[in-house]
Amino acid sequence: MSPFASIVRRDLRLAARAGGSILTLVVFFALVATLVPFAVGPERELLRRLGPAIIWIAALLALLITSERLYRDDHEDGSLAAMRLARLPLEVTIAGKLLAHWLTTAVPLMVVTPPLAVLYDLDGATLLRTELTLLIGTPALISYVGIGAAITVALRRGGLIAPVLVLPLTVPTLIFGIAAIRPLLAGTAATALMFLIGFSLIAIVIAPFAAALALRMGAE
Amino acid sequence: MIDGAHRTAPPAFQSLALKVDALTCRRGDHEVFSSLGFSVASGRALFVTGPNGAGKTSLLATLAGLLRPAAGTIEWTGHDPEEPIRELLHHVGHASAVKPALTLAENIAFWRDFYAGEDRSEAALADAGLGELAGYPAAILSAGQTRRLALARLSAVPRPVWLLDEPTASLDAGGEDWVRGLIAAHLEAGGLAVVASHRPAELAGADRAATLALAPSRTR
Amino acid sequence: MTDGAPSVGFFSRLANPGHFLAWSRYAIAPLAVAAALLVAIGLWLALLGSPEDYQMGSTVRIMYVHVPNAWLAQLCYGVMALAALGTLVWRHPLADVTAKAAAPLGAAFTAIALMTGSLWGRPTWGTFWEWDGRMTSTLVLLFIYLGIIVLWRTFEDQARAGRVIAVFTLVGAVNIPIIKFSVDWWNTLHQPASVFRAGGPTMPASILAPLLTMTAAFTVLFAVLQIVSMRTEILRRRADSMQRRHASELSARPA
Repeated sequence: MSPFASIVRRDLRLAARAGGSILTLVVFFALVATLVPFAVGPERELLRRLGPAIIWIAALLALLITSERLYRDDHEDGSLAAMRLARLPLEVTIAGKLLAHWLTTAVPLMVVTPPLAVLYDLDGATLLRTELTLLIGTPALISYVGIGAAITVALRRGGLIAPVLVLPLTVPTLIFGIAAIRPLLAGTAATALMFLIGFSLIAIVIAPFAAALALRMGAE
Repeated sequence: MIDGAHRTAPPAFQSLALKVDALTCRRGDHEVFSSLGFSVASGRALFVTGPNGAGKTSLLATLAGLLRPAAGTIEWTGHDPEEPIRELLHHVGHASAVKPALTLAENIAFWRDFYAGEDRSEAALADAGLGELAGYPAAILSAGQTRRLALARLSAVPRPVWLLDEPTASLDAGGEDWVRGLIAAHLEAGGLAVVASHRPAELAGADRAATLALAPSRTR
Repeated sequence: MTDGAPSVGFFSRLANPGHFLAWSRYAIAPLAVAAALLVAIGLWLALLGSPEDYQMGSTVRIMYVHVPNAWLAQLCYGVMALAALGTLVWRHPLADVTAKAAAPLGAAFTAIALMTGSLWGRPTWGTFWEWDGRMTSTLVLLFIYLGIIVLWRTFEDQARAGRVIAVFTLVGAVNIPIIKFSVDWWNTLHQPASVFRAGGPTMPASILAPLLTMTAAFTVLFAVLQIVSMRTEILRRRADSMQRRHASELSARPA
């Protein structure tokens, strides 16, 4: 098995065996999406309009909360140091970890999105577009989360700092993600989607380098 | 329980040598060690002694390339220049890099795949006296057994340079014997080792070992 | 030092914290005086020498505070980004200190830009806030500054903080243009009732003069504050060092 595949498989196994963490993530996501109508009122037209945005924000928050587990354990039990002594560059190792992380966080969220869409009475086309934008946008979100987690890996009371660092960076993804679902001006959805794809690709490429650099600098 | 009978001889290693000159390490504000100089040739071991805070851990981490020295040089000779030195090192620190959620076999198999080494994982586990437990999750292991599992990766993936930080921590007398045997076999095959230990006398085979005593230095 | 190129010697002399402390002391007073003068001239030009806006009346004069601060919000980040390169690429001894000193200043300028922008827009908008493209991306920039400030305070080891924050600063530097672009795009989907018409080279001298003067004034003010802040930080680190040395000497003494 290739080194890259071995790190992906290891992280997938660890996530799968990490008790109820995937379930917790999904429940958190659903809870946030459920809470908003309590705050804005159950008026159907309003909820239909807000639905995709609320789902996106709930997904963003859920992803932020899971960021701790990306490097914390590996950093504390010495795995990260040992992983730096391989032929596989640290950047590629991190790319593998981010891939596994995406598979075990964003994908479950996308699976749970259809039932939530029901809560908001979203029609099929809107749901499909929401899923599509989540599919393209969550890799970018995970990338930023990956950078934030690398920067804060050694901080004890790091709790909220990673989200504080990551959230401003996610603004473009959020903007284009939502605009691709329900454009405010006719015809802009396709443009938004293009930008979403473009900026997602940029984020995916930059993140392993930035995260690896942050981890090395933090360990020195 | 642990004996050398299972041990397959490691392959003969290329003749590596280490030369360190005027090495200085600074962490935060104070100097951990300064102007260290020593050489270690193939087939020999250097035991680094000293009380806590003397810099043994930092020295090993610096040799492994995980820490940047403030001054001085580390020179490795005798290896293929195409191969970066990090692929020829094993560094086993205080923390064991063992994942409790994975089985023993999965733990070792990960390092075998990640380091892309020959497959000696079964033999390594057996040699560590853990062969029977291979299918169990590593969480059930005692501290000593965890340590042995951590050290098993040394045999699972043969590499010429071993940097070991307190390898006998948490081990009983039998475990110490085993480590002594491991190191001896490694040196016999032409490998090189730098070992930090509180009590090197137990581990040193007199004719192949030298000792370096570190003292805690004053702050700068 | 060697007989090498004099410029190398010059820069390393400038860079050394000890030498920095030595020469910077003499820079503070002249710079402060220059800043005060420029502010005085700029205010005079702004309040007395410049025309009222045909739409907004006298409130347009807030622009003479808003624009310089908005410019400085960007400049400070540029300084932090250069300092970040200094830390990561050259391990420059002063780079950390520069970055740490610039962060709160940048945050302050950004906050002032937001507040003055809000006041400027109030008569036109009717509210204190509009989700205007520039204002919104300035708000996001403020959050980035605050995140960096928090990072400085959370790390115990300041040297490690410097390196890691440098990475984040550069990531931010790449992302800030992307954020601006996306926020502008988002804003054009809604309506633009932009208060902040870009003047450009066609601006009449009576507006340009006070604007440039005030911009220069605030830039010099930033330079003064930056130097003072860097000196304070260097001295603080020295004091800390001395305390640690005392403590370790104490523990090394025979009981």
